Amino acid sequence: MAAGGAAVVIGDIVTFLTASANWHGPEGIPTRLLEHVQYSFVAVLIALLVALPTGLLIGHTGKGTAVVAAIANSLRALPTIGLLIFFVVLISPHIHGKGDAAYLIPSEIVLVLLAIPSILSNTYAGVENVDPAARDAASGMGMTGSQVLFKVELPCALPLIMSGVRSATLQVVATTTIAAFVSLGGLGRYVFDGQAQQDYAQMAAGAVLVALLAVLADFGLALLQRAIVSRGISGRYARRGAAAVPDRTDALTADVVEAEVVRA
Amino acid sequence: MISYFTDHRGEILSWLGYHVWLSALPVLLGLVISLPLGWLANRYRWLYAPLVSVSGLLYTIPSIALFVILPGVLGTKVLDPINVAVALTIYTVALLVRVVADGLASVPDDVAQSATAMGYRRFQRLVSVELPIAVPVIAAGLRVAAVSNVSLVAVAATIGVPELGQLFTTGFQLSYFPPILDGIALCVALALVYDTLIVTGTRLLTPWRRAVRPS
Repeated sequence: MAAGGAAVVIGDIVTFLTASANWHGPEGIPTRLLEHVQYSFVAVLIALLVALPTGLLIGHTGKGTAVVAAIANSLRALPTIGLLIFFVVLISPHIHGKGDAAYLIPSEIVLVLLAIPSILSNTYAGVENVDPAARDAASGMGMTGSQVLFKVELPCALPLIMSGVRSATLQVVATTTIAAFVSLGGLGRYVFDGQAQQDYAQMAAGAVLVALLAVLADFGLALLQRAIVSRGISGRYARRGAAAVPDRTDALTADVVEAEVVRA
Repeated sequence: MISYFTDHRGEILSWLGYHVWLSALPVLLGLVISLPLGWLANRYRWLYAPLVSVSGLLYTIPSIALFVILPGVLGTKVLDPINVAVALTIYTVALLVRVVADGLASVPDDVAQSATAMGYRRFQRLVSVELPIAVPVIAAGLRVAAVSNVSLVAVAATIGVPELGQLFTTGFQLSYFPPILDGIALCVALALVYDTLIVTGTRLLTPWRRAVRPS
């Protein structure tokens, strides 16, 4: 399974990706891609439904931040693959359904668990870090608590919330790939089937597809972020002037670190 | 869980050894590489946007994909641990470049100017004034990198690289909890050790932060 020169490898990957046999049937690229997107989308959606309201509540009331920060940080230290296999071994013997439910349910649980911390901590950090002057002004104008939350704090926190959603999505897309190791479908199948068949071209083609999917998903969310974040907050008015403020909308990693730094 | 560990001690300890160097070396290499890059991004602002964009793009690629793609690029074998070390170094650099640049940018102007007025040359000022002030920010980035590396190294076990992740794949094949729990415990402990080391190092490097307690 040793790789030859880079040129040979790229040729093999292109051959795999363009072979028409790989574009049809239950093991074809469209089917695997769709599975991957479905698993990831469901996990991020559930995580969002749990983490967004909780994060907004915690950030707005300021209660429970220390507990949540401690839990979110310790979850980061847990090895994802260990967590995945733990839940599969724990749950799958008790599921006697048809199809892949025995692997799908534990995998989805782990994907949701992994997606929650970054959305949750970015949401409450975003709400907490809203300029107190803006919050006071809103109350002074006669807004009620929930009006302040939804009309001032939420819009102001959106950039940080979106960067949480983006890193959660990346985490989920990556872990869905690994879930193929425990027999789940998705693009990771090419990586592990290729390995079992000592077929490096298949492995690498799967890896390239996963990388492309991750980059495209992040790009799509960046566009969404651009569309829903008020221009007054993202600072895109400043562009028109000289020496623009560095664009922060596309930097997902350090925003998370920043949330971290605020806490440290 | 304990008896599984004592029964397989030799094997587990050798996996732990691999795990330690596969997760620690990339953090050190990544720091060494990202310090000059972050400095460049801060010194020449036009470099900031491209460096941060490329880092962001690299950080987007899932680890398992990078572990599989790198052998094709480097000409190594798929099972070679070098792939894991290189992949994690790339992630660490991607994470730290912006942190270093932002950390250096956070040095107040009047502090930098005072240092210049006191006769510090540019490099001296960087090493003895600006870098120390940026230490807490850089350390926060290092903590994230080190802790997440421990988890990422374990992923490589799915394609056969020997490290603590082998406990998970073994546990999966046997449908047996003890190796899985041992693996989780050892990974968390290792992450905790790195975190404590970095926090302690930061405290030692920034004595002035303890000298005055803001009330």
